[in-house]
Amino acid sequence: MISPATETELAEAVASAKGPLRIMGGGTRPIGKPVAGQVLSTRGLSGIELYEPGALTIVVKAGTPVAEVESALAAENQRLPFEPMDHRGLLGTEGDPTIGGVAAANVSGPRRIQAGACRDYMLGVRFVDGTGTVVKNGGRVMKNVTGYDLVKLMAGSYGTLGVLSEVSLKVLPQTDTQATLMIHNLSDSHAVQAMSAALGSPYEVTAAAHTPFSMMGDRAMTMLRLEGFEQSVKYRTDQLKDVLASFGDITVEDDPDKSAAIWKASRDVMGFKQAEGDVWRISVKPTDAPDIAAKLTDTKIFYDWGGGLIWALVTQGTDVRAALNEFDGHATLIRASEETRHQMAVFHPEPAPVAMISKGLRDRFDPNNILNTGLMA
Amino acid sequence: MEMPVPDTTILSKKARIVERLLQVLPKTAVIHDEAETKAYECDALTAYKCPPLAAVLPSTTEEVAAVLKICHQENVPVVPRGAGTSLAGGALPTADSVILGTARMNQVLETDYDNRFIRVQTGRTNLSVTGAVEEEDFFYAPDPSSQLACAIAGNIAMNSGGAHCLKYGVTTNNLLGVKMVMIDGTIVDIGGAHLDAGGLDLLGVICGSEGQLGVVTEATLRILRKPEGARPVLMGFNDNEVAGACVADIIKAGVLPVAIEFMDRPCIEACEAFARAGYPMCEALLIVEVEGSDAEIDEQLSVIMDIARKHNPVELREAKDADEAGRIWLGRKSAFGAMGQINDYMCLDGTIPVSSLPYVLKRIGEMSKDYGLDVANVFHAGDGNMHPLILFNANEPGQLELCEKLGADILRLCVEAGGCLTGEHGVGIEKRDLMFDQFSGDDLEAQMAVKDVFDPKWLLNPAKVFPLSASQSRRVQPVAAE
Repeated sequence: MISPATETELAEAVASAKGPLRIMGGGTRPIGKPVAGQVLSTRGLSGIELYEPGALTIVVKAGTPVAEVESALAAENQRLPFEPMDHRGLLGTEGDPTIGGVAAANVSGPRRIQAGACRDYMLGVRFVDGTGTVVKNGGRVMKNVTGYDLVKLMAGSYGTLGVLSEVSLKVLPQTDTQATLMIHNLSDSHAVQAMSAALGSPYEVTAAAHTPFSMMGDRAMTMLRLEGFEQSVKYRTDQLKDVLASFGDITVEDDPDKSAAIWKASRDVMGFKQAEGDVWRISVKPTDAPDIAAKLTDTKIFYDWGGGLIWALVTQGTDVRAALNEFDGHATLIRASEETRHQMAVFHPEPAPVAMISKGLRDRFDPNNILNTGLMA
Repeated sequence: MEMPVPDTTILSKKARIVERLLQVLPKTAVIHDEAETKAYECDALTAYKCPPLAAVLPSTTEEVAAVLKICHQENVPVVPRGAGTSLAGGALPTADSVILGTARMNQVLETDYDNRFIRVQTGRTNLSVTGAVEEEDFFYAPDPSSQLACAIAGNIAMNSGGAHCLKYGVTTNNLLGVKMVMIDGTIVDIGGAHLDAGGLDLLGVICGSEGQLGVVTEATLRILRKPEGARPVLMGFNDNEVAGACVADIIKAGVLPVAIEFMDRPCIEACEAFARAGYPMCEALLIVEVEGSDAEIDEQLSVIMDIARKHNPVELREAKDADEAGRIWLGRKSAFGAMGQINDYMCLDGTIPVSSLPYVLKRIGEMSKDYGLDVANVFHAGDGNMHPLILFNANEPGQLELCEKLGADILRLCVEAGGCLTGEHGVGIEKRDLMFDQFSGDDLEAQMAVKDVFDPKWLLNPAKVFPLSASQSRRVQPVAAE
């Protein structure tokens, strides 16, 4: 394993690589086609470079544990707004997730539906491309249109275009309190309707999920989160209850810790943790979600993002993409055996002209094809 | 500002190019008469003008594809143009280029409130996107100050921002998908009504690429439900530094205003003389706006005003109703008009870390004295997006050049302070030659590599964004004999 301690060492390691490299942060997210090659760890690049709470910005070396960033933010009553999922439970991995891993996989959680994704909070990156050249893009200010936005391109590129060495993020204030509204026993399509009504209200719902099976009880449950100052959460809870009255009885979890626990479990898809089978993550137009889910037989479903994100637990080796055929969206195989990940496209196949662009970019950023070779193929 | 020498081969085959364009477009959509092409000689950066070879106004994606195919075959540069409101010269043509205007593509294609998006043709103006969903109390969040005129095509090209970005983000955070025509005429769909990319985030790099990667003809945009209400508070301080500290304290307190606007003394004075909004005469003025129900607004404003009081404001004025809110915004919204009355001005939009605000303002003041040109500052303080307005007299020889020199120095200062050259206007030609002040050769090489992939012949808006010296070898390619 190569473990550079500085960006310069990282650049040298890539430049002098004799063969393919397997880029690793905390190693908690083995997503993608299994990759061969020598492990290049970013864990040696660790530490918070700069944190300005008054400017809502933090600059972090890529190998810094997410936990370290989160606790620094919590000390100033701030947080990562995109609520990154912790994959350890679902994927059965161990180790410390790193901020570079979060960025490289564009990892977001339930708040993505309202606040935006990880990529939306990435202000700048430094990375080493496949030739060992150090490149910076973006910066540490919230508005920046100087040149092309390679920050977004790096977000979710799983180390195939470059190895991140540093990430600048926009952060937001932690909210005072939260509450979760729960509606029981809705069908999937009614649940999506309810979530659409809630997300289309002026009451700033910061998460909307639906579980058709028992995750926290024995019935289907639709969950909506409100966050903010206490009075405001109370007010919006009441208003939202009115908006959703026609959907059925609503119960409210207004203990902030219990509400937070619900969303942590949702974020990490804990309902699938113990269950056998492959796990897919399907991004779709919310109102299409129940129809797509209906096409997936022998499948356990969990809806996040108001229905826009379907988590599907399927029998090993099942390809869910047939169900998506006539619909807009994409499916990613998140959990499966190495064998299955070798056989099946983990990332959604792109139409030919788009695939050509992606290939062109990879050829330019990694001309020797050594960075996580084939991971996104 | 240097522009490439027009290619005489292209100029000499104008008749043939026009004839080919007329084969794929209606007669009224091809503008080639020299008197008429003058209408496209510049955008809102009016200091630079050059009529194009021709201008085309396609009405459909297929027509755009046909035009690009021809230009690609003929090796003619194409300059995409939304509404022509670019302050950076993003739509400035060269004499050997074809302007491709999106103005006739202005339809709403789909409105979906359940899934909270709208799909539009990109010639549609920013404000009319909100106009299309207003009856259901929805809106499109990015609100550049040119929103009445500017087109979504240009917003996507420049990744436009606005006053309310602190809460809602800029264009890239509200753009879900595009239909785009590549330079060879291939039509691609990237993104859609769903969230995030299934592979590489191409949408993210297309947004803000200044029309250099493709021509976006349709956009899927996120729409949001309007908040129940919004109200501003105005506060005046006798010290820029104190105003800056107040901004930081407000942000740290956990309230997230939708907008925090900052005006300095020269700007306050000009606005007051122009609009008589009743602003206090002081060194720094902040307008802070929050959203929500009446009770929520009251609660947030009380937190904000308590913070402000600790900084000894010379004035603290809460809007009690819509009329008072209007008066508070009146001066700010007429700032540019007020400046235009006094003089010609150049508007920069360098962005800095909020913490550097007092230092940067002080340095701008010193530079303004050194150059003998007045500078007024009005900007989005929450996100550090400055808008220094340099006043000059365009009729006086040498003043434009002097003003540009000061502008360049101010932008270098922004970069030095940890910021960037442009926060929302784009690079265009205006900041093109300053790119080496912010980026290394390797940084720019990585960006240009992206253009190589999308537009191998460098025909789309080629003389923008990158210093001409950096892009030279890519732009001037040996053309195969025909």
